[in-house]
Amino acid sequence: MSSFIDYTVNGLVIGNIYALLAVGLALIFGVANLINFAHGSVYTIGAYIGWAAITFLHTPLPVTMLIVFVACALVGMLIERVGLRPLQGKARIAPLLATIGLSFVLDQVVQLVFSPDPRAVPSDLPDWRLTIGGGSIGAMDILIAGVGIVSAALLYVFLRFTKLGFAVRATAQDREAAQQMGVNVNAVNSAVFAIASALGGVGGLLVGMYYNHIDPAMSFQATLKGVVAQVIGGVGNVPGAIFGSLLLGLVESYGIALFGTTYRNLFAFVLLIIFLLWLPNGLFGGRSTVHTEPLVGSFIAPSRPLRVPRWAIWALALIAFALPLATGAPYLLQTLTNAWLAALLALSLTLISGTAGQISLGQAALLAIGGYASALLAVDLGAPPIVSIPAAGLITSALGTLLVFPAFRLRGHYIAIATLAIGEIVSLVILNWESLTRGAMGITGIPPLSLFGHEIYSARAVYWLCLAVVVAMALLQSRLLNSHFGRTLRALREDEIAARSYGIGLDRYKALAFAFCGFGAGVSGAITAHLYSYLNDQTFNSQLSLLALTMVILGGMGNVLGAIVGAVALVGLPEIFRVAAEYRILIYGVALLLLIRFRPQGLLGAV
Amino acid sequence: MTQILEIRGLSRRFGGVSAVKALDLVVDKGELVSLIGPNGAGKTTTFNMISGLDRPDEGEILFAAEPIQRLSPEAIAARGLARTFQHGRVFANLSVEDNVLLGAHTRLRAVRPGWPLVGPLAELALALVRPQAVKTEEEALKAEAREILGLFGDRLTPRLDHAAYSLSYANRRRLEIARALALKPQMLLLDEPTAGMNPTETAEMQALIATLKAQGVTILLIEHKLEVVMQLSDRVYVLDDGAKIAEGPPETVRNDPAVIEAYLGHSSVGATTPSAEAVAT
Repeated sequence: MSSFIDYTVNGLVIGNIYALLAVGLALIFGVANLINFAHGSVYTIGAYIGWAAITFLHTPLPVTMLIVFVACALVGMLIERVGLRPLQGKARIAPLLATIGLSFVLDQVVQLVFSPDPRAVPSDLPDWRLTIGGGSIGAMDILIAGVGIVSAALLYVFLRFTKLGFAVRATAQDREAAQQMGVNVNAVNSAVFAIASALGGVGGLLVGMYYNHIDPAMSFQATLKGVVAQVIGGVGNVPGAIFGSLLLGLVESYGIALFGTTYRNLFAFVLLIIFLLWLPNGLFGGRSTVHTEPLVGSFIAPSRPLRVPRWAIWALALIAFALPLATGAPYLLQTLTNAWLAALLALSLTLISGTAGQISLGQAALLAIGGYASALLAVDLGAPPIVSIPAAGLITSALGTLLVFPAFRLRGHYIAIATLAIGEIVSLVILNWESLTRGAMGITGIPPLSLFGHEIYSARAVYWLCLAVVVAMALLQSRLLNSHFGRTLRALREDEIAARSYGIGLDRYKALAFAFCGFGAGVSGAITAHLYSYLNDQTFNSQLSLLALTMVILGGMGNVLGAIVGAVALVGLPEIFRVAAEYRILIYGVALLLLIRFRPQGLLGAV
Repeated sequence: MTQILEIRGLSRRFGGVSAVKALDLVVDKGELVSLIGPNGAGKTTTFNMISGLDRPDEGEILFAAEPIQRLSPEAIAARGLARTFQHGRVFANLSVEDNVLLGAHTRLRAVRPGWPLVGPLAELALALVRPQAVKTEEEALKAEAREILGLFGDRLTPRLDHAAYSLSYANRRRLEIARALALKPQMLLLDEPTAGMNPTETAEMQALIATLKAQGVTILLIEHKLEVVMQLSDRVYVLDDGAKIAEGPPETVRNDPAVIEAYLGHSSVGATTPSAEAVAT
């Protein structure tokens, strides 16, 4: 009984923190129709600024909170200025992708400034606890609850009774009409980002004090939790976001009590998927809101793809194949091998997100499935890699399609969120299904690549093998794009309604696209597993999914050659020029931002 | 004459608003029937229900004597019903040729064997391997697409590999009709084909529709330009506020008092509405 009360209190406290995030996300979605993926970064920044203020300036708590509030408000305005304002009139998904780029940049800046090490946030709160029933409530719990309630009240007053609040609500209802009535929509957006970010930053500070622990990697999970809470409550709905947050906090807290800590995130993402599929308007969203139209939009800029002559492509391939003959430098060959493996992932993603227009933020999960499938076949069943790798490709193809199948009816932003969640679920299942995957221990002793009993060790041989797989998959994919199948996928990307009216069954073609690209990605993950000889649930993380998306946008959405170019450029070049690891993510983020802003069709053009 | 489309007691409500009220409508094979009425009369809603994009609340839609009101749009297309869209829904980033070829999607046979269970995978494999039969089919469809585009003179043919987004508005409307024709439809639903066209272009479009009719294509037409409707139609249905207020040959409908009232405003015929008095005071 006592523990029940403790878990409830804990759930409500965490729910309050989520609410500080989710309310901001809801406000932003309301005025800008955007799911702000940089929101978690603001939360992290808030935590670090608070930590710095307490540690270096010894500020008392109210002053710390004020500093965090103001600083994060400024960051929020910066996000609006860079991530949203310049992209008005572009594809609906463009600002979402831009905020992903911004989150890379902001997180990396935090790491560079404060170092990636976790920090403890000192708290000057009195150390007493109030005993209620069998449980207890501490000063920290009361503080967090207080901040939550006061923020909600202030927000209510602001939206309800101030002129700017009126403008915010008007913009949320109808942006164009508000503009016609003289509302400065950009100022409204800026104000909303400022308020949302200030709340999120305070949330970060509080969570740092609560757990006495902050680290720069916490932002991604924070964004996700905020999004989940928002979807539960109804996207863009402020009271719904608060309720959804408290519900999520409680579900997580009880879930941990019943199953253990490693399950915490699994509950959040399973809830997210359930809501997206069966209650896409959330608990508080209007029932009949048809949100198919406002959020549609693949990220395909009208452009003419660059026509690269056939002989030039073959010449490039020939040079790539001949390279190991000219140089035996293992470092260069290994780097390019990594680029080829990334290219397989990019090829799969460019088919899904480019050709078929379904923005996937969880593509790395396919690598994980392929890697684990091949590793387990090899380690547990003793299958030779020549069998286990293609088998892993087929397993990934089938399993990946099956996992994402329920999400096919979602569109635009929602499919992006759903694939992100499915990706997270895959890695959490790997973490928790210990009897099969060895859980957090990972799989060790995966046998090296071999062909008919001969082990392939040399950097040259591995390079050739990976390059050959890339060339084969690229040829197959180009052939597919030139067939009726490619044209059909592009049609459903352009206009699902028109496609259906001409007899194109959407599920069938989306499933086939996933089946095809699952194979390539699965093979890539499988080869990686044998090369590394070790895998765990973090080998293929969500950051890799986002990196793959950057590659694909860089090369040109849907462009086969572009995917390979993008992979070489983003994986190969930084390595070859020995860019320090901590600057790489920064480069990726900036590259993504610049591309979306100035060259959405990528280097070689979207197809 | 045999009926190709029969609609009985069709109703559709959005919240409290009845968009279509107990509509009965029949189209015979080879006929050109027009659906007219002021904005908001329920014409496009009717089209959406026929083509499966919307579900009726009540009533039945029989296409070739079979009920289709519960079928998906793709299944209805496969039965030979093609439609165009009021505001144009061409596949913007695809070439003119690809747009037309997509219209023929339901007619792909060699590459889409209707095998149970493995059908989709076979389709993927055939698209990759492309045996002779698949190539022949694709070539035949390409030839046919050019032929269809030829119906529009030199409006579209020189732009075969241009992306649809680069076309003029009128050309996009033409492309939509070309795409619909590629389906070899049993029946064609045209939603305001001359919208946004100047008089010359309208006349051209009217001539084209007349040609299609002469070729025996069954057409259900929504059109605001009454001249076009009067000259092309065998029969006309007039909707107002979701309900049918008149039907018959163009000449009869043109002189029907209810139609005149619906088009010219309520005050011109007998001023019975209380709102007119309210305005006067």
